[in-house]
Amino acid sequence: MASANRLLVRNIRKSFGTHEVLKGISLEARDGDVISILGASGSGKSTFLRCINLLEIANEGEIWVDGEQIQMTRHHGQNRPQSQKQVDRIRSELGMVFQSFNLWSHMTILENIIEGPVHVLKRPKADCIAEAEALLEKVGIADKRHAYPAHLSGGQQQRAAIARSLAMKPKVMLFDEPTSALDPELVGEVLRVMRALAEEGMTMLVVTHEMSFARDVSNRVIFMRQGVIDSDGAPQDMFGSNASPAFRQFIGNFGA
Amino acid sequence: MDFPFLLQTMKTLLAALPMTLALFLLSVSCGLVLALLIVWMRVGGNAVARNFAKGYIFVFRGSPLLIQMFLIFYGLGQFGFIRYSFLWPALREPFVCAVLALALCTAGYTAEIFRGGLRAVSPREIEAARAIGMSGGLLVRRILAPIAFRHALPAYSTEVVMMVKSTALASLVTVWEVTGVAQRLISQTYRTMEVFLCAALIYLVLNFIILQAFAALERRLSRHRDTAPRPLPNAKPQIA
Repeated sequence: MASANRLLVRNIRKSFGTHEVLKGISLEARDGDVISILGASGSGKSTFLRCINLLEIANEGEIWVDGEQIQMTRHHGQNRPQSQKQVDRIRSELGMVFQSFNLWSHMTILENIIEGPVHVLKRPKADCIAEAEALLEKVGIADKRHAYPAHLSGGQQQRAAIARSLAMKPKVMLFDEPTSALDPELVGEVLRVMRALAEEGMTMLVVTHEMSFARDVSNRVIFMRQGVIDSDGAPQDMFGSNASPAFRQFIGNFGA
Repeated sequence: MDFPFLLQTMKTLLAALPMTLALFLLSVSCGLVLALLIVWMRVGGNAVARNFAKGYIFVFRGSPLLIQMFLIFYGLGQFGFIRYSFLWPALREPFVCAVLALALCTAGYTAEIFRGGLRAVSPREIEAARAIGMSGGLLVRRILAPIAFRHALPAYSTEVVMMVKSTALASLVTVWEVTGVAQRLISQTYRTMEVFLCAALIYLVLNFIILQAFAALERRLSRHRDTAPRPLPNAKPQIA
């Protein structure tokens, strides 16, 4: 049953020109699942994540969010979303955290956070501000609410970006290498926020190179290789003695 | 120095300032609206509209404003269908022709300036807006336009200042603005230096005020690019 899943992806294929990046990926995420997606650079993991909220349009496959399928039509042999309205609504239900934060540079941190709730969800501004303040408190940058993104460190910007996504009350959070652009000493503060989210029961898909996060926080690890899912399982199995040879070699490169 | 003459000249020229201001304000505001339309066509998905906008920009940037003005003022009357149309009472007015030429010309430049501003918007910020559920008009209104306008502002202020100076060309189609009145004074007095210096001073002061206004606007809109404020002492991040 599709409705039992927060997210259901069936047989996603995606090519850029003649290069097939995703060769049929399927995935289910139940409520509260924290799924780490690992893989070498070029394995298609970021593309996969971007296909889920339609920043890339998959050539084939089905995507269901909370029991609702994203309607596609064929146009010159390519998949195309049927309704921009549905795409916008689905996107507003999926939080996306980017590698390079992508905060709106001309808005203060508080303005960044209330932008979506006020203008996309059309909620009363006063409520949104109150919630934004609480979120800023939660991610530990309440004192930065009137600062602009350029005034914050990378770790603070990424925590602000997480707060911006959370303000939409998303059903699933997608993280696209959230700590890869950060100086090593700033990685911890972002991972702590993500770990807290996971403990609260947020459904999360995390494309990452943080082996400790994959092993200790997520309840499922997916290893992608050359556009397919090479192996998939609970972290204790994946990082245990019966790991796939390819995955063993991959984590060997991290010294994990 | 003949101060009484300078004072008298200044008074005469200042009497023509409202005409210069009217030319300027009308042509800049009409040009701005037209520029928005053209830039929308230029970056939009429709190939016909895009090519029309390209052609428009090429023609109005590529030919002298003075010739454009002459064509509108002296040229249009050649055509019977214009001379007998409902537009003629407006199009035979020098003031209308001057405003039309100035607006059409500045629209071409302004459209390109705004297109440059749009291109400077980071694709990442656009992607973040899409990811949160924005598209179409909302995306343009909330993210694209505000960021693009900030990028375009310095170049646009230059265009606006150019427009103040371009109003002087209207004197050649018999509009009595500051430069035209100055030329008439010179033909009566033969005191070129004093009269033109007074006229130049008026343009300088006008542009000084306009540039101050733009600088203030730019400061207001680019607070996000100021240097970082000093961190508060003992501000430790608290993490949930």
